[in-house]
Amino acid sequence: MAKLTIPREELMHSGHAACPGCAPALAMRLLLKGLGPKTIVSIPACCWTVIATPYPTTALGVPTLDNPIEATGASISGLRAAADALGYHDLNIVGFAGDGGTADIGLQALSGMLERRTNAIYVMYDNEAYMNTGVQRSGSSPLGAWTTTTPVSGESHGKAEAKKDVMGIVLAHRPAYAATVNPSFPEDFVRKVEKARDMKGPRFLHVFAPCPPGWKYSSEQTIAIGRLATDTGVFPLYEVVDGKCRITRPTNQLKPVGEYLKTQGRFAHLTAADIAAVEVQVRLGWERLLAFERESTVPVAPTAPAVRVRPPAVPA
Amino acid sequence: MTRLVISGNYAQSYAARLARVQVISAYPITPQTSIVEKLADFVANGDLPAQFVKVESEHSALQVCVSAAALGARTYTATSSQGLLLMHELLHWASGLRAPIVMGVVNRAVAVPWNIGADHTDTIAQRDTGWVQFYCESNQEVLDTVLMAYRLGEDLAVRLPVMVMEDAFYLSHTVEPVDVPDQATVDGFLPARVPRDVLQPGVGTRVGSFTGPDHYVEFRRQVAHGMEAVLPALEVVEQDFFRRFGRYHGGPVATYRTEGADVVLLTMGTMSTTARKVVDELRAAGRKVGLAKLRLFRPFPVDELRALGRTVGRIGVVDRSYTFGGLGATATEVRSALYGAANVPQITSFLAGVGGRDVTPSMVRRMYDVLLDGEPAEVSWVDLDAQLGVPVHG
Repeated sequence: MAKLTIPREELMHSGHAACPGCAPALAMRLLLKGLGPKTIVSIPACCWTVIATPYPTTALGVPTLDNPIEATGASISGLRAAADALGYHDLNIVGFAGDGGTADIGLQALSGMLERRTNAIYVMYDNEAYMNTGVQRSGSSPLGAWTTTTPVSGESHGKAEAKKDVMGIVLAHRPAYAATVNPSFPEDFVRKVEKARDMKGPRFLHVFAPCPPGWKYSSEQTIAIGRLATDTGVFPLYEVVDGKCRITRPTNQLKPVGEYLKTQGRFAHLTAADIAAVEVQVRLGWERLLAFERESTVPVAPTAPAVRVRPPAVPA
Repeated sequence: MTRLVISGNYAQSYAARLARVQVISAYPITPQTSIVEKLADFVANGDLPAQFVKVESEHSALQVCVSAAALGARTYTATSSQGLLLMHELLHWASGLRAPIVMGVVNRAVAVPWNIGADHTDTIAQRDTGWVQFYCESNQEVLDTVLMAYRLGEDLAVRLPVMVMEDAFYLSHTVEPVDVPDQATVDGFLPARVPRDVLQPGVGTRVGSFTGPDHYVEFRRQVAHGMEAVLPALEVVEQDFFRRFGRYHGGPVATYRTEGADVVLLTMGTMSTTARKVVDELRAAGRKVGLAKLRLFRPFPVDELRALGRTVGRIGVVDRSYTFGGLGATATEVRSALYGAANVPQITSFLAGVGGRDVTPSMVRRMYDVLLDGEPAEVSWVDLDAQLGVPVHG
């Protein structure tokens, strides 16, 4: 039996306020295991605002800053600038935002942070809708998904549009590191976090984050659903270093997408034809990823170094 | 000390440099741009060892400052008009997190129509965000006020963000001689920030958090306490500034020839210079007029206004802004401050200089004439209402 590689240290406490089976809670736990205590986390309005528990308690063993929903990218730029100015040179600066706060309202600040080459890690935990406000569709909700604003009634048949390709947007900024992670594969998750931790420059992690109440499944199914998402090609695991892609869970035989879709009430209305249409999309996505891995052998153009760091100057 | 001939914008830049700011973040907007261009030069040349984070919006500019201040850094930003409006959400975050950011604001008109002239509507619209607000009359006052703003905002009893305003173009792009103090004197006046309740690496605390009604009210009350500490702290700061630099700008309400005045005009910013000249003329002609320049809008200096109101019959309050459906914002504040005082003068609201329209000596004279000899309307647009002269645009 393989030796476990995940650090034992817990920087997320019990007594947090997450729902049973919450993947974003698992994601934070694994993230902090990989990063360790020399970490500051900035959290926008999202489920984690609540999961961290109200004043005067906190579920996190690292310093945590709240920021408005659209400003996570800017917040971590500010934290890094202050850390550099104050001489804190060994800190992991992390933004931990939902898919709405990243793919929709926070996209500008994320783009700014990536373009500025902020030396920080941006984590998008993707539960594929605005869950904290009660399951409204986001740009990251998948095709066909029921949400409260893409109902299944009358002319509406769930979300009519495809999921936004946030990794594609991030990669267009040539980050130092970008990877997809899934709490159902914790060793891969933590290994990528540690890899990101030991690099400089803008780094991005896209976390697959199943949500029992929002996706309408029983809470003990979170890990199984996460595994199916990756093994059906819905959420492939890969990383991109300096523009070069590597699939970290390769397979020659994807499972049928229907096996994944049928586990969740949000897809219960999909017909066989709908499922077939999703299958086509997923297969094309997987083929494109294989081609990306095959062809991304040339490093991206070198980008400017991060902002020059000067020693702090404090009046005597 | 060095005497330089510089714009109000450069006065902001030099003051930020002298304050040894550690993190700067800004987004360009006319007429603020030369402030941050100069700061970029200072940083590039090694004259200012600060982190300058060039962002993609004003919203992000203020978020960078808020987050940097939350880790204990001294921060500076500057904006104007639309940029300030875009920052509105973060203005509340800054005061709520007790982040003593200093922001230079070049007062500029708000669209639509597009207009880049001087107008205070942008900052008046932010009066309820928990920021201390200063309006300046000269480039020297801009530089001095920025230095005092850091000392005041970082005062442990205050711990609030501060805006330092200058009128678009009248100050931002007009040069005049400014005494730029030497670094050692500034260092004596303004020591390094002593951070309180900030993020500490390695300590699992949460800055921000969320609360129900059980704690939220207490947090807001603490911000109010900080605001209440501003006026007493400002007195100490101004006295120490005078002792070290030899300049005193007159407290929150700087009065001019108000002794024995029957009527007083209350102004903010650059129009005060014009009004002071008219006061001299009218006084020479035997008219009992005076001037009060409001420097501090938040917190509103109620006691100073009451002291002024004790002896005068009429106060004309000139707002370089508009509050649709009421009096000018400052006029409303003055009325509120004086209500219940022993002697309540008649308060008249004048709206003048909006959108960069010049407030000329003749315009000021007409305002004094109406206050002295007329029956002033409750509120009037100085250039447009026939009572105050020939309307410019009919």
